[in-house]
Amino acid sequence: MKDKADIYFNGKRIGEAAQPDLYVANVRKKRRMGLLSIQLNAVYYPEFREVRISTDAGRVRRPLIIVENGKSRLTEAVRAKVDAGQADWSFLVAHGIVEYLDAEEEENALVALREDQIGKDHTHVEIDPISLLGLSAGLIPYPEYNRGDRINYGAKMVGQSIGVPTGNYLLRTDTKFNALAYPQVPLVETKTSKVLSEFPEGQNIVIAVGCYDGYNMEDAVILNKSSIQRGLARSFYFRTYETLKKRYWGGQEDAIQIPEPGIKGFRGEDAYKDLDADGIINPMSFVTSDSVLVGKISPLRFLTTEEFASDIENKRETSVTIKHGERGLVDTIFISETTDADQLFKIRIRDARQPELGDKFASRHGQKGVVGLLVNQEDMPFTGRGVVPDIIFNPHAIPSRMTIGQLLEIIAAKTGALNGETVDASAFDHMKDEDIRKLLKRLGFRDDGKEVLYDGRTGKAFTVRIYVGISFYMKLDHMVTDKIHARSRGPVTLLTKQPTEGRAKRGGLRIGEMEQQCLIGHGAALTLKERFDSDKAFMPVCTKCGMIATHDVAKNRTFCSICKESSIQWVETSYAFKLTLDEIKSMGVYPNVQVEEL
Amino acid sequence: MSDTIAHAPLRWPVNGQSLPPKIEQDVKDYLARSPMPPEREREFRERVREIYERILYSPEEPVGVVTAQSLSEPATQMTMRTYHFAGTAGIQVTLGLPRMLEIFDARKDPRTPTMKVYIKKEYQTLDHVKRIAENIKDIRAKDVISSVLIDMTDVLVKCRLNLPKLQSLEVDPERLSKLLKIRNTAVTVEGDALMVRPKKKDITVLHKLKYTVLESHVKGIKDISQVVVSKEDGEWVINTLGSNLKKVFELEGVDYTRTRSNNIFEVYDVLGIEAGREAIVRETAFTMDEQGLVIDVRYILLLADTMCVEGGIKPIGRYGISGQKASPLVRASFEETKKHITAAAVKGERDPFVGTVENIMVNQVAPIGTGAYELVGRIPGKK
Repeated sequence: MKDKADIYFNGKRIGEAAQPDLYVANVRKKRRMGLLSIQLNAVYYPEFREVRISTDAGRVRRPLIIVENGKSRLTEAVRAKVDAGQADWSFLVAHGIVEYLDAEEEENALVALREDQIGKDHTHVEIDPISLLGLSAGLIPYPEYNRGDRINYGAKMVGQSIGVPTGNYLLRTDTKFNALAYPQVPLVETKTSKVLSEFPEGQNIVIAVGCYDGYNMEDAVILNKSSIQRGLARSFYFRTYETLKKRYWGGQEDAIQIPEPGIKGFRGEDAYKDLDADGIINPMSFVTSDSVLVGKISPLRFLTTEEFASDIENKRETSVTIKHGERGLVDTIFISETTDADQLFKIRIRDARQPELGDKFASRHGQKGVVGLLVNQEDMPFTGRGVVPDIIFNPHAIPSRMTIGQLLEIIAAKTGALNGETVDASAFDHMKDEDIRKLLKRLGFRDDGKEVLYDGRTGKAFTVRIYVGISFYMKLDHMVTDKIHARSRGPVTLLTKQPTEGRAKRGGLRIGEMEQQCLIGHGAALTLKERFDSDKAFMPVCTKCGMIATHDVAKNRTFCSICKESSIQWVETSYAFKLTLDEIKSMGVYPNVQVEEL
Repeated sequence: MSDTIAHAPLRWPVNGQSLPPKIEQDVKDYLARSPMPPEREREFRERVREIYERILYSPEEPVGVVTAQSLSEPATQMTMRTYHFAGTAGIQVTLGLPRMLEIFDARKDPRTPTMKVYIKKEYQTLDHVKRIAENIKDIRAKDVISSVLIDMTDVLVKCRLNLPKLQSLEVDPERLSKLLKIRNTAVTVEGDALMVRPKKKDITVLHKLKYTVLESHVKGIKDISQVVVSKEDGEWVINTLGSNLKKVFELEGVDYTRTRSNNIFEVYDVLGIEAGREAIVRETAFTMDEQGLVIDVRYILLLADTMCVEGGIKPIGRYGISGQKASPLVRASFEETKKHITAAAVKGERDPFVGTVENIMVNQVAPIGTGAYELVGRIPGKK
């Protein structure tokens, strides 16, 4: 055991301390007095007998109120000063009332959650219990009633929600973004969501916890079709396309116009019919995959000799088109100029999206699901008061995940809706659950939140009472329209003649090695061959030398360029194998293909 | 390809029995427990035979692929579960995925070789078994030495012997000088002092010599670091950490007909390939069973057979089964493409395209399952 503790400064050993506790206390004292940088953090690890002092970048630090001798340094006097506007944040930091701790120094700290919980060993107190959570997790109501991992998932999904991206999004030209049509402030708020009330991320909807013919099994949800038609979870998808009218060496430049026939890459008259006379599409025109937005022609590259400069055949078509699989209305057209004085065109496309089967939704408690069924309002269940739920959520999602916070939110929002006010559900600091239930009872409902529901199709009451209330729901940025994909015929890659990969390239779904093994395992040899026919090719093989022969299409003649003979057999193989033979040849190895008559 | 048709499905009866002996016995046992009228009995037997025939693999069914899938699916489960056992206390025997890799890669030195030594009936007393166990355990000089000193002036390593320990091990201190075989030294014992002198008077070797002395073998079987005597199924057995079958078989009282090792290569070396095959099966089955995974033994049998067909133990993979396949194209498609193509070119190898993989490569019907058969017919009027 070392008798003295090592001191490390930003990872470099700088000395020793005989009494490391005192040493670290001293460093902190000096920092609080302003003699050392407030960005400095010191920690003592008794198990290693090491003191570590860090001032380097990249440490996550958070502010806490300092506690001394069981008393918060944020005294009544300081509070009064803050209230009077005589002290601001920097005052609190400079006067050693608030300090920032990094992850290491937190190891030496004992932080009280609230001022009334401060004991004699506490070194700090939270500014507010909600400051334990970050921005996204801070938006979750009743978080302490949920399991920790659900808060994580919830925070992650809040980040994927479609809401109000910025205050000025109609003036912006981001490449792509989503915006909710009718955003609402959550009925069950937290301190964080109050701050972000101008940027809500979802809507308050009526939720019933139950089943409906099994269409919400495995986390699916059932939506009220009529609610959707009234605008529930309707969102807009914006994408901005841009192009430059460039100028090149030799005085040539791009032209923004409707391309004329004869230009290299001309798409046909029909493709340009939506363009205005200036070559730019009109606002409010409907565009789909591969529609032209801006007609543009550019000079051919590497061809700058003057004799060709004006020749129309030496121009190529470089119009801007809609990405494959996307659609929408032309929303706004921005015409501007770059710093190089090239004309800049930005066309923003807007696509209104109603929720559809397969779109992803989530509450704020890490409970996500996709739409499994849209039901007309008349077929939805209804309460005795005539309330029809917007969403039917499967009760099986609750027991294993233990998101009690969500159940609380549902009844809290119910009281809020009946009272006409929002309910605060910030972490560790809100109305007790018994009080919510009492309030609900006083408002004329059962205190457990359950109600008798009637089946919309038969009019009969369900034999069980069903948990009904209001919940804040988010539409997440994972919509089927962006993902749906199928292929029958389509493009192939140049090298292997096999189908392309990925939705953007209209690709196929690969039968991979393991899928191939499955077909072999079933002994389905002929199915297997058919599956791999995508790059089927016929190659002429010289029966004499076994090399791939030449087929002259123009003269309709097949011959071996080595043997100069025409004893040729056509062989069916995959193109990939022909390529392999070519590659083997490039190694200097002679692959002799010997063909037998079947 | 047409000669594959000649493979008639192999079926019982063999030796006049309508079912394999085990199933025949099970049927008899069942009938003994619950007798039934002869008519019902005949129906029952017929039904058993039907079920048996249905579960037989059909001709040309690719059992190899099914084996691979049946073994690797639970193996992926193992990968996910292995980490949960990290840091568990107890005698550490390699288990789970690392052990499976050891078996299938046919590693010559498994990480934790162990033995289960059975004792002959005549020696089944605790005293006897304990003595045998003592003779198995590897005793090093460090186990009987209480302190070591390097004497620079006299150029020797001086050790103090732990005499009671030596006595309990039944080693005479005088004999110890002969037991310790250390190269280029002279070993003498005087009372409780053991002296090791290097033949060349050179003090530079002394430090190294000290450790050679400490690690030198005194008694027992080398590399068997632990022995545990325990009673299993009513008889005394010795479980060891470390394995050396050959030496153990030479000991008096050891039942060499049942004594086992988990070192597959050692079993193969000492007892031959059939025992080696059996060891592969046992070890694989044990590893799977220990993890709570259930697979049919026949898959393991097939795998073990494949590893042992050539009379030695071949690993699965680059230097074994996959790397020694007949078709150069198949070898090239597995690993080390360039090596196999150049080697095939130098030898002038010919690929007859009889296997599955090669035919898939060139997009021909593979001779497996439905592809193993061809229609053979004669068109009237044509020869």
